[in-house]
This record gives sequence, C-alpha cells and structure tokens, in this order.
Amino acid sequence: MPEYKWPDANDRDLIGKRISRLDGPVKVTGTAKYAFDINRPGMLFTRTVYCPHAHARITKLDTSEAAKMPGVKAVRIIQNVGTEIQWALDEIVAIAATSEDAAEDAVRAVKVEYEVLPHFVNGEAGEKAPQAKAAQQNVVGDPNGAKAAAAVTSKGYYGIPTISHCCMEAHGQVCEWTDEQHLEAWCTTQSVAGLPAQFAEGTGIPAANVRTHCEYMGGGFGSKFSVDRWGVECAKLAKDAKAPVKWMLEREPELTIAGDRPSAYAEIEVGASQDGTITYWSSKSWGSGGPGGSGSPPMPYVIQPANRRHQHISVPTHMASARAWRAPNHPQACFLTMSAIDDLAAALKMDPLDFFMKNAAITQRAAVYQEELQKGAELIEWKKKWRPRGQNGPGPVKRGLGVSMHTWGGLGHNSNCEVSIFPDGSVEAKLASQDLGTGTRTVIAIVLAETLGLPLNAVKVSIGDSSFPPSGASGGSTTVGGVSASTRRAAQLALEQLLVKVAPDLGVPPEQLEAEKGTIRVKGNPTKSMPWKQAAARVGMTPLTAKGANPGAGKLIDQGVGGIQMAEVSVDTETGIVKMEKMVAVQDCGLIIDLKTAESQCYGALIMGICYALTEEKIIDPVTGRMLNANMEFYKLAGIGDIGELVVHMMTGPEYDKRGVIGLGEPPVISPGAAISNAVANAIGVRVPHLPLTPDRVLAALEKGGMS
Amino acid sequence: MQAFEYANPTTVSEAVKALAVTGGSAAVLAGGTDLLSLMKDGVETPKRVVNLKSIKELQGISYTAGKGLRLGALATLDELMQNAKVKQEYLSLVQAAEGVRSPQIHSVGTVGGDLCQRPRCWYYRGGRGLLAMKDGKSMVMEGDNRYHAIFRSSNGPAFFVNPSSFAPALIALGAKVKVTGAKGSREIPVAEFFRIPATEGERENVLAHDEIVTEILVPPAAQVRNATYEVRQKEALDWPLAAAAVALQMDGKNVKSARIVLGHVAPVPWPVPDAEKLLPGKAVTASLAEQVGEAAVKGAMPLSRNSYKIRLARVAVKRAILRAAGMEV
Ligand SMILES: Cc1cc2nc3c(=O)[nH]c(=O)nc-3n(C[C@H](O)[C@H](O)[C@H](O)COP(=O)(O)OP(=O)(O)OC[C@H]3O[C@@H](n4cnc5c(N)ncnc54)[C@H](O)[C@@H]3O)c2cc1C
Repeated sequence: MPEYKWPDANDRDLIGKRISRLDGPVKVTGTAKYAFDINRPGMLFTRTVYCPHAHARITKLDTSEAAKMPGVKAVRIIQNVGTEIQWALDEIVAIAATSEDAAEDAVRAVKVEYEVLPHFVNGEAGEKAPQAKAAQQNVVGDPNGAKAAAAVTSKGYYGIPTISHCCMEAHGQVCEWTDEQHLEAWCTTQSVAGLPAQFAEGTGIPAANVRTHCEYMGGGFGSKFSVDRWGVECAKLAKDAKAPVKWMLEREPELTIAGDRPSAYAEIEVGASQDGTITYWSSKSWGSGGPGGSGSPPMPYVIQPANRRHQHISVPTHMASARAWRAPNHPQACFLTMSAIDDLAAALKMDPLDFFMKNAAITQRAAVYQEELQKGAELIEWKKKWRPRGQNGPGPVKRGLGVSMHTWGGLGHNSNCEVSIFPDGSVEAKLASQDLGTGTRTVIAIVLAETLGLPLNAVKVSIGDSSFPPSGASGGSTTVGGVSASTRRAAQLALEQLLVKVAPDLGVPPEQLEAEKGTIRVKGNPTKSMPWKQAAARVGMTPLTAKGANPGAGKLIDQGVGGIQMAEVSVDTETGIVKMEKMVAVQDCGLIIDLKTAESQCYGALIMGICYALTEEKIIDPVTGRMLNANMEFYKLAGIGDIGELVVHMMTGPEYDKRGVIGLGEPPVISPGAAISNAVANAIGVRVPHLPLTPDRVLAALEKGGMS
Repeated sequence: MQAFEYANPTTVSEAVKALAVTGGSAAVLAGGTDLLSLMKDGVETPKRVVNLKSIKELQGISYTAGKGLRLGALATLDELMQNAKVKQEYLSLVQAAEGVRSPQIHSVGTVGGDLCQRPRCWYYRGGRGLLAMKDGKSMVMEGDNRYHAIFRSSNGPAFFVNPSSFAPALIALGAKVKVTGAKGSREIPVAEFFRIPATEGERENVLAHDEIVTEILVPPAAQVRNATYEVRQKEALDWPLAAAAVALQMDGKNVKSARIVLGHVAPVPWPVPDAEKLLPGKAVTASLAEQVGEAAVKGAMPLSRNSYKIRLARVAVKRAILRAAGMEV
C-alpha cells in the first residue's frame, strides 16, 4: 500500500502552482450548461402562485379556471385551505405549462383568498420580540471581578443585518421521469450525491432510482444543500404531466425565500489591562433567521479573554428560514467582536495593529496570526499610514485603516473517487462532487495529473453526476480537502497496480518505479523509463480502476485556519459615502493545490465582504412584511468601481505544507465587515454601529458623535 | 409578461393614431429599459405597445446657432454623451448621463425615455400603485421610506421621487419638450411637463394618452456655466440619493442670474427659487455655495427614515455650484 503522502515540495510539477481554472473557457463562451440551460424535448415550464402576505391563513383556493387554460399540463396545490403561511412568497400552487407565459397566465387565473394575520419582521427587537428565546448564559472565569480590575473598559451596540445569498443562478432544476419509477434531475446544487435520497423521500421511489446532475453551477454560498420543496414538486409536476418540467425561481423569490443569512445585534462590554491585554468580555446578542430564530454567533470570536460571559437570544420572525451563508455565524460573530475590541483599542489610545498583535496571544493560533498581521501591515503600509481616530486630515474626506482576524475549520468531507487508466493511456477520475465555481474540477485534475506524472491536459475529470462514487456536500469549506485526498488516494492505488504490470519490462520491483514527466521510470535512474502510453497498454483489454477514499484528518488533510484582513477606506464626511481604497487579505490554508484558484477564492470573498459591509441588506417592509428590494437593482451589490485595490497573500512554505490540504471557501469572507467598519471608525472618529455602512448610517453616527 | 398587440409605426402621426384609438391602454416603447421591466413585473399591463424606434424623425441630435440644441426623443444617452457640442456647452447633461452607470443603458436608453420613465419607488414597483395607498393612507409614511421624497406639495400623498437625472439639468437650462398628439403639437417648458399626481389614476407628467414626446429643445448655453452633481453611494449601477443641477449666467466674475433644480428629492424636479436669489451680483465662493445649499433645503419635510437626504441635497447644491463655477468640489 502506498503511503498517505503528498509529493515533496521539489517533486511538485503542478501542486501549488498558479493554474487557471479548466472550465474558464466553457463558462465565458457560454458552452457550459447550467441547470437553467437544460432543455429536454417536450419540456414544460413552471410558474408559481406565491403567498403575498408575510403571515396569513388560506381561506379559499380555486384552481379550476387555471387548469383549463391553454397550454396548462399540470397543476399542483402545494398548500391548501386552512394552512397558516409563515412568510411572504411561500409557495401555494405550482403550474406547469408549455411556455413560461402560458404558466404565468394560468397563475393569474388561480383564485386564492387569505385571512391576513399580524406579522413580525423586526429581528432587531431582541428580548422585546414575541417568542424571543434566550439561551443559557455562558460564563468563564470571573467577569465581574475582571470588569472591576480592568484599566479601561468600552461599551457598545453593534448590528449586522439579514442578507440574501443572491446566487447569480437562481435555485431550481429540471425533472424528467425515464419511466414510472425512475427520475433524472438536473439541479443547481451543492450536494449532487445527497439529492437522490431527498428526491426519493419526497416522491416515494427508491433513492437508487434517482439520478441527479450538476455539471456547472452559478453560486450557492450555503443555500443549495436541499432538494427544497420546489425540487420535489417539480418532480411531481413532471410525473403528473408525463413530461420533463423546468422550475427555476424568479429573481424575487430567489432573493426573498431562497437565501437568508441571519441578522445579529449585540451589546458588548470589554475591558483590558493597561498593557492592552483583553481581560474582560461581556455580551448579549440577538438575531433572527426566520420562524426558527437564528443560530448563535460564537462570541467572543477568535480571542478568548480569561473572564467572559455571553448570552444569545433567538428571535423568530415571519421571514423565510435562514440558510447557511458562507461561514455560518462567523461573519456576524467576527463583526460584533472585532468592532467591540477595536473600540477598546481606541479607548486605550493604542494602535489597533499593536493591540491585535498583543491579543493574538489569547487565540488558538498566536504565531500564525502574528505572522499574518506582520505581513498584512507591510502590504497596506500600516505603520506609515495609520493615524489615531479623528486625526485623519482637515478636509471633508477622511482616510482610515482597520484590521480584523478570523478562523475556520475546513476539514475535508467524506469523499470517494474512482480513477481509471485506459489501455490507450487516457485517465479519468469520477466523483459525485460538484464545482460551485471554486475550482474543484481543476483541483481534482491537478492532484490526478501530479500523482500520475502527467500533464494536466492528459487527464479527464468527471463530476456532477450522482451515479459516480459519492462525495460530500460542498459546505463548510470541506470540498478541497475531501476531493483532493480521495483523488490522491485513488490515483496512488491505480498507479500501484500499473507499476506491478510494468515492473517486469523495466526489470526492477514495482516499489522502485515512479510516474514522472509522462513516463514510468526507475527511481534515481530516469533514463530507464517507459512512456506513459506504452505503460498503460499493459493494463490489457479493459481499463484498470482503483477507488480511493479520504482517510480523514491527519493524513493528507487537516483543519483549522487563521486569517487577517486590513482595509483602507476614505469617507466623505459631508455625504457619508465610504469608498474602498484597498483591502489586504492574508490567509493560511495548509497545502495549497492551486495558488491561482485559492487567491481567486479570496478575491471573491473580499468582494462579497465589501458588499455586505457597504451596501447589502434585506430590506423588509414593516407595513407589508415583504422584502422591498428583491431585485438586482435595489439589492445593492458592489461593481468593479466600488471595490478598490485588492491584495491577497497566501501563507505558504514547509510549515503550512506539512499540515496537508485545508478548506478555504469560507474563511476569507468572515473579516471584511469588521475590517471595513474599523477602518471607517478610524477615518471619522466614531463607530457606525450597523452594517451596511450606508450614507444615512454614517451621517447619523457623525451627528451623534458631534462630528458633523 | 402579459400578451399585447404590437404596433410599429414609421411616422409620428401613425404613432399618435395607434395610441389614440386605445383610450389609454397603450404604452409607448422607446429603448425599453424601463418599460420592459415594468411589464415583466406586471406593474404595467398595456394592451398595446407602440414602438417608436422605427420613426426616423424622432432620432438625432442637432445644434443651430442662435436656437440651440435639439435632442430627438430617441437620441440615446450614449449619443448625447458623445456629441461634441453637448460636451462643450451642456456639461450638466453629460454629467447627468454619466451618472447612469451602465454601458447597456447608455446604448439603448433614450432621452425621451429618461424624462418619461416611471418612478423607482419600491411600493410602486411592487405593484401597490404610485401613491401606495392602503386604508386611505400612503404606506410610505409608516413603511420604509429611506429613498423617498423630502419635499412635497399640498397636492396629496405622493412621496415617490422623480427618477430623471436629466430633468433638473434641462429645467435649469430653460429647456422645453415638444409633444405631439391627435390634436397637434405643443411646446411645454420641462418644468411644467411634470406634475404631482393627486389621485392614484393620475400620471406624473402632463402627457395625454395619445401624446408622445418628440423632441427636447435646449437654448444655447455657451455663456451659461452649468453643472450637475449627484450624490450616489456606488460607482456601479445605482440611483442618486440626491442631485442638483445648476445653470449660472455670468457677468464677469459675478453671477448675473442662477437656476438651481434638485433631483431625486421630490415627486417632481424641485426648483429652489429662494436659494437662487442668493447668487446674483456675487462671485461664487465656497461659503456662498454653502449658504445657497442651506437655503435650498429650507422647507424640507423628511419622512421617518430619510432626513439624511436633506443634508445630501444641501451638499449636492453646494458642489454643483462650485463645479459650475469651475472650482474644486
Ligand atoms: C439600474 C438602473 C439605474 C438607472 N439610473 C439612472 C439614473 O441615475 N438617472 C436617470 O435619469 N436614469 C437612470 N436610469 C434610467 C434610464 O435612464 C432609463 O431607463 C432610460 O433612460 C429610459 O429610456 P428608454 O428609452 O429605455 O425608455 P423606455 O423603457 O422605452 O420607456 C420608459 C417610459 O417612458 C415612456 N416613453 C418613452 N419614450 C417616450 C416618448 N418619446 N414619449 C412618451 N413616452 C415615452 C414609456 O412609455 C415608458 O413608460 C437607470 C435605470 C436602471 C435600470
């Protein structure tokens, strides 16, 4: 059995290099087929009757007219008379018809009446909210004593709103029954291997009879793990209509019901000793993520003062249920914690860089954070540019710097891979995994090619099909660890078999052979070799295959990363407009398979972070309970001119490499809110307590602070 | 989108006829950047759509010495921004067009469409009517009004803001719109083109259902220092939170007369005559501009969430004046 091991640094031809994603060309040319692009012969289109009220009971429902409309092939009542609806745009009736317009006409012909019930949508209300649920208070050490002993304390109120996932490709799928008992579905999903069981449960057929596909997808960010009701109902419509059915969400429901990062608000008091060590922490947080309330942000975040207490209150609202959003609970915890301690640094009149450096000591990866802070400070020229709060120039436009740190797990998920070596020398890896746009396909190809000593274009990667060996759902930054480990293993085992077959030709035992530079050769004697194609011919008439599984933490992969980010902003204090000047992300993630796609993850995360820091929020109307900005015009996202200069530095080297592969999708999106908020506080001299940092909030903070 | 009849006239008189017979259930289509969104969202459901783009006489931009600028209703924002004369004399128009930060909208959106586009009020766009009335009261009052009007008239409960960035500049420059309908043509000062609807059925401009905008006539402005300043949060596609257009007739170093019109703060473009009066006879300075800004927002009546817009309007006026005077903003 080959050892579980990555090649040594000087033996790597591909791993750790900057390699462009393999599916870039098909994506930019439009040849890549997303679920939205799948069109099956005779396919029908779905439109939906959504509940217009945030809280209501259905009192009358009549679909008889709609069923008779031209082109209508199936009508499904999803929720019937008597049902109490808990959020706006919950699905009531779905209609499949020969065109979108025919389905839409039929939707208008459905008669529904509601008894409108009172709604509650103000997650910020906290304890005062109906049905607020307080969790147990968590206490470590002696917070009261620490407060009394602290040289300086600082108290503040901070808030981060509900946002939407806002996937470029809306949720949905195409469902087709190949016979009464077999379903095939093309989905936009983070869990190709997990969906058959969910479809089976919803439709009553064996999971073995369901096959799901997802070749390409336009973003999920944690919102696409479930088959969702629209998936199951789509399958049922297809069965009723005896035809394939497409159901993709329109933009308004996509933003309203298919994505929701819980809000979080907190009152926080912190204290430090004279030298700047945080000794005291006390917080009460609350937030909402729909009817079930919210998850509890892990607070205090990253830093662990010796004396601390925390309590979280979950506030149920009449909004669609929360979904995991890229690093669930961490961006909230990070923003709340890092803002509060930055305010403490200001109260201590300490440079936040020195303060964060000092308090890195009370984190779980002191050395990593300190090295990263050092690097970040160099890249943003902190020591040259930083001025104390409120001393950032005489004119109306003020510059400021801010810093934040974050952590994440990123342990690879269960993953299986099958590698085949064909007699003609071609090679394929198969996994029921998915590429969310992160570069998974590319990473698998790199590991496969590296292990077999082949160039990238000599290997084929097949993913996105549930009939392949199962691999975990892509969430929690678990994919890169999972698929790289299983692929490495499968490729090693396939190679081992091949070497046995080739050894007699080269006259040495198989253990003395290696696959390098497109050949099988004798270790230490590269002239004694056989071209790959010739070697592969030894497999016989049928391909040689091997299966590999992710062996888990410690072998090939690990978990636990730290990252820091710094932001430089300028703020027009007359208009309250915040402009990004520069952001620096310094991140570790163990052994990096593809430096370019790793950096891209960070760039993307910074941009997403700038959006939720400056412009993005779900605006819910207090009067109607409806989301007011459920379109791409009012749901404000940054454009290329809004992001400033982005600098990414990945920590690499033997110390990082030896840990193995660790996930990266989430960590870099955690810090931007805090880093940017801290930079704004530094620039204008006062804290803007709520994200996003829109002009109204910035001006209100200036006014309150007597600075306008 | 609901099914509709499609008319594709090639002359203004055909277009007017195509509109006249419908009794108000038709919509005029220019670039479609606004109308199509409204139709897709079911906010507008015209029975007939009358396309103007095949009408040659509505196109083009020309300049006649002594008379000024003629903008065909179908001139695109891009044509306007590229026009040499416009770039020379009518900077406030170029600056307004630049604010629409999308190459796609620049390429297909028209000047006539910009004037006639419907408000972006999210209650209106959510299908709740222009006045968003519920139980005899506008929902805007207790709802989320962060982007709504800070000025209003006694003329009923309209709280949306006029969306056109061109209108304030056109009004400041003394422009007129020419409209043609079944009863013939008329010229209307842009300032009088807009009105505040008093009831839900009323439109926000004075066009009769059979009338279309055919051209916009702007007097010569070689001697007029003019500028637009918009306060926008984003560089990317976004709407101004407040804007001001300024046109200054100069007498040497001093201002002879001034026109100042605010945008995105009231249901109509909002001239501020009292503030204008502070300028004549004086040279523009930063502190004078500041004073005029303050005077411009006197009488503002903010709603529960939008008092910050008062400050933004004040800054917009100040900066537009400084920009018009060629001073640093
Ligand atoms: C995200 C976004 C941001 C924008 N930002 C700005 C901005 O900052 N400032 C700004 O001013 N605009 C902005 N716009 C609006 C844009 O300028 C308009 O959509 C465009 O100018 C409309 O022109 P159109 O030819 O496409 O109009 P259409 O969509 O064809 O028509 C718009 C309306 O005007 C009517 N109409 C059109 N032409 C005539 C005519 N000749 N006679 C009578 N009625 C007519 C139509 O019936 C319709 O009701 C923005 C638009 C978007 C989508």
